[in-house]
Amino acid sequence: MEITQILFWFLSALALFGAIGVVASKNPIYSVLCLIIVFFAISGHYVLMNAQFLAIVNIIVYAGAIMVLFLFVIMLMNLNAETEPMKNVYMKLAGVISGLTLMIVLVAALSHSDSANTLMRPGTSVGLTENLGKALFNQYVVPFEISSVLFLSAMVGAILIGKKDVVKNRI
Amino acid sequence: MEIKWYIFLSLTLFCIGIIGALTRRNSIIVFMCIELMLNSVNLMLVAFSKMHMAGANILSYSMASSAQIFVFFIMIVAAAEVSVGLAIIVLLYRNTRSIDINFLNRLKN
Repeated sequence: MEITQILFWFLSALALFGAIGVVASKNPIYSVLCLIIVFFAISGHYVLMNAQFLAIVNIIVYAGAIMVLFLFVIMLMNLNAETEPMKNVYMKLAGVISGLTLMIVLVAALSHSDSANTLMRPGTSVGLTENLGKALFNQYVVPFEISSVLFLSAMVGAILIGKKDVVKNRI
Repeated sequence: MEIKWYIFLSLTLFCIGIIGALTRRNSIIVFMCIELMLNSVNLMLVAFSKMHMAGANILSYSMASSAQIFVFFIMIVAAAEVSVGLAIIVLLYRNTRSIDINFLNRLKN
């Protein structure tokens, strides 16, 4: 067994373990920490597939920014006690059964396709920052600029939703 | 390594995310499960971009870089979505003193 295969199975087991931890843990803080484990495992997969730009962006954006935002919200609300009212057990069972059924159907449909056994070649240079930057600023420069407008509107919307109703009281 | 193991891994992560979104009532955990689903889709897109490099002509090179640019844009949209969604959750907590997802209908007044 090669070293890349060992790394693949290790990172896959880590990702699945973390994902189950996200769903199953009672305390939301532990869920956030498990989700950070999943993101690091997925970044390791990106490094294995030689997509280094996406690996770094995944760590910076997801594990660095988004998860810190989640942790701040949880700690500001003081929710780290187990105060969640649970759904009744039949609803939970129905959710688990439907999710597993979807997984079985998709795996059974995709495992017999012709191109499922295509080998992944190692050592391609498409995921390096230079090549992706050239593609991003030549071919996709208009969506890149539009995404900046999206960020601006999301920022304004978050501030507008999150602040208290000062304006309404003044009027 | 064949492509099918990547497909199965990302399918499993996606279905764990679906199970979490269906069975939990804490709205922050539901939101995190949505993030998990987005990340599994990202993993599958990167695996397919790696698979397209097996052809290694100029068209498949362009397709492979397009897939990775798509992953980049999915991350951008997810970051914007998280900022607005967490603001909505804070609003929900401020109005109802709880983040149970069944109380979201109390936000209309």
